[in-house]
Amino acid sequence: MSAVQAQGLVKRYGEREALRGVSLRAGPGELVAVIGPNGAGKTTLLSILAGIAKPDEGEVDSSNGTVGWVPQQAALYRRLTVEENLLLFARLEGHEDPHASTAEMLELTGLGERRGEIVARLSGGNQQRINIAIGLLSRPAVLLLDEPSVGLDPRQRARLWEFVSGLAGRGTTVIFSTHDIQEAERYGGRVLVLADGESLFDGSAEDLREAVRSEAPEAADRDFETAFVAYLQHRGH
Amino acid sequence: MRGVRWLLLKDLQILRRSPLQAVLLVAYPILIAVLVGFAISRGPEDPRVAFLNEVPPDTRINVGGEELPKANVKDQVCERVECVFVDDRSEAMSKVESGDVLAALILPSNLVNKINSLSTLTPGVPEVEVLVNEENAVKAELVDDRITTLLAEANLRIARRIGNEGGRYLGLIVNGGKFEVLGETIPILGLRTSARILEQVAPALPPALRPALEEVTEFASQARDNLDVAKPLIDRLAQPIAVDKVVVGGKSPPLEIFAIAVAATLTLAFVVVLLVAGSLALEREENAFPRLTRGLVSSTALLGEKMLLGVAVGLVVTLLMLAGMAIFVPLDWGRFGLWLLAIVASGAALGAAGAALGAAAREVRAVALLAFMITLPIAFLSLVPSGAVGPAVFDLIRYTTALFPFKPALEAITSGLDEAGPGIGGPLLHLAVLFCAYAALARLALRRFAAV
Repeated sequence: MSAVQAQGLVKRYGEREALRGVSLRAGPGELVAVIGPNGAGKTTLLSILAGIAKPDEGEVDSSNGTVGWVPQQAALYRRLTVEENLLLFARLEGHEDPHASTAEMLELTGLGERRGEIVARLSGGNQQRINIAIGLLSRPAVLLLDEPSVGLDPRQRARLWEFVSGLAGRGTTVIFSTHDIQEAERYGGRVLVLADGESLFDGSAEDLREAVRSEAPEAADRDFETAFVAYLQHRGH
Repeated sequence: MRGVRWLLLKDLQILRRSPLQAVLLVAYPILIAVLVGFAISRGPEDPRVAFLNEVPPDTRINVGGEELPKANVKDQVCERVECVFVDDRSEAMSKVESGDVLAALILPSNLVNKINSLSTLTPGVPEVEVLVNEENAVKAELVDDRITTLLAEANLRIARRIGNEGGRYLGLIVNGGKFEVLGETIPILGLRTSARILEQVAPALPPALRPALEEVTEFASQARDNLDVAKPLIDRLAQPIAVDKVVVGGKSPPLEIFAIAVAATLTLAFVVVLLVAGSLALEREENAFPRLTRGLVSSTALLGEKMLLGVAVGLVVTLLMLAGMAIFVPLDWGRFGLWLLAIVASGAALGAAGAALGAAAREVRAVALLAFMITLPIAFLSLVPSGAVGPAVFDLIRYTTALFPFKPALEAITSGLDEAGPGIGGPLLHLAVLFCAYAALARLALRRFAAV
């Protein structure tokens, strides 16, 4: 059973095709990394899966549960406190006991002690954790994270991925986009490679290494990022 | 709609966290209101006035048997105002009614004869006729000021002549002499001679001196009659030429009520437009708009919440302002219901305009700049009375200001404050039309709101 499924997605912005027939399927508790260079179509794909943008062709099925969406830039009110932000969105989600939901999210994010702090004064990492916590308030079966680690230092990044991995461990399907090939390799149970709106690869990180080795043998002995770039060049991107 | 109250609470929390913004929201409009209060008491330099001179040519003013030098009335009037010459009274009236001119000044054909009568035993009341359209208080005050200034100089010159004539009559009473009336010469004894006679008869009052005493009695009667003649002349000294003001159309509240309405409308406009446009743009800057409209709140509900916020805050600020002003200028609290209606309707239309602005500009800084750039000139243009500028320019001003809610809001609030206002129905309908138009524009603009 898949938590979310997309088939033959096409999205055009004027003359430009941002997505060219991309398909994706993710099961419960799966961690899927969407990687690719700038303009590959990662954010467009996640926006369509989130229901924010509509595809010109193809369809999305997420009928097995709600889809939570965490945009790349923290979508929260910086002049409100951590708790006020969570409470606002819990109320907007229509929770029966928004205070309980807020307490649960504060516990989950480990920000309980900073609940009364104005968000603008928190670090980028902590803001991102609240951003994700707001995305989780709808108790989604699928959580979409658009480049969640951008701007975070290594320590904050490690904490973030520990938190996200914990969500997947509890059965939430997590689909995240990233520029960082090593991050995708480390945390993505599955990797979807996009370039110029086209799906080049969909499989495990090990399978991707194998594909890189076979298609760009001259770079096989070098670090994985370099080898991946060579792989993209071989594929004409 | 369940989300609207939480969004409203959130926006109020944000406002509370920004005391500087909150203070500016209140302080700036009050500052502007004070400046406008000073400005509205000053009119333009050369208002357009229709001028009709019905006095026959070559008629000269003659006071006390002496002709005044021929005065070029046309030049004297037209150096103070921009004269629009008309052929008859009906043309003058139609120009005033249409707002083409600020007022009409009519010099009637009998004006000079009546001025000449001032030095006679039967002085008339020379009048000039002024036609005005008191569609707003500034205009009414402006006309009064201009006409008063215009006539003051003429009155002063004539008053000097009449004063001399009055002095001659009084001299006759005191010193005696001859007075001609209807071609007959009447000797006047005078108080001085009378005193002398009395002195003569005082030592003894035998019956033989009775005729002399009768003479004194006769003089007393003459003196009383002469003083009666002098009295109306002296009365006319204050203002030899009177103004007969005819209100052709329109009615206006007192200037101080109008000034309060201007200040209240300016406050409301700035608070509502800035708050609604700014808070809507803030949703985008905080990246919250896509998250909110992804099933939590519809775009229409979000717009409604922002407009509700603007109306609520605008209502509180404007009512506080009116309550503060009521300490200095008595306001009719019996019309409080109409105040509320006018402020809420105005706030809604201004809020819709603010929403359209916020959705179109999308960035808080741009929104703030645009709000000032649009609201201030529109507010000032809305205060320009018809006739103060040329007809083509005024038409342009009229159509431009009709596209923004400030002018109908001003009319509605003026009507709410005073029964002599322009009537509240028309402005409310105008505000309703603008509300619908701007709300539709805002909704359209939101389609591209989240795009980079």
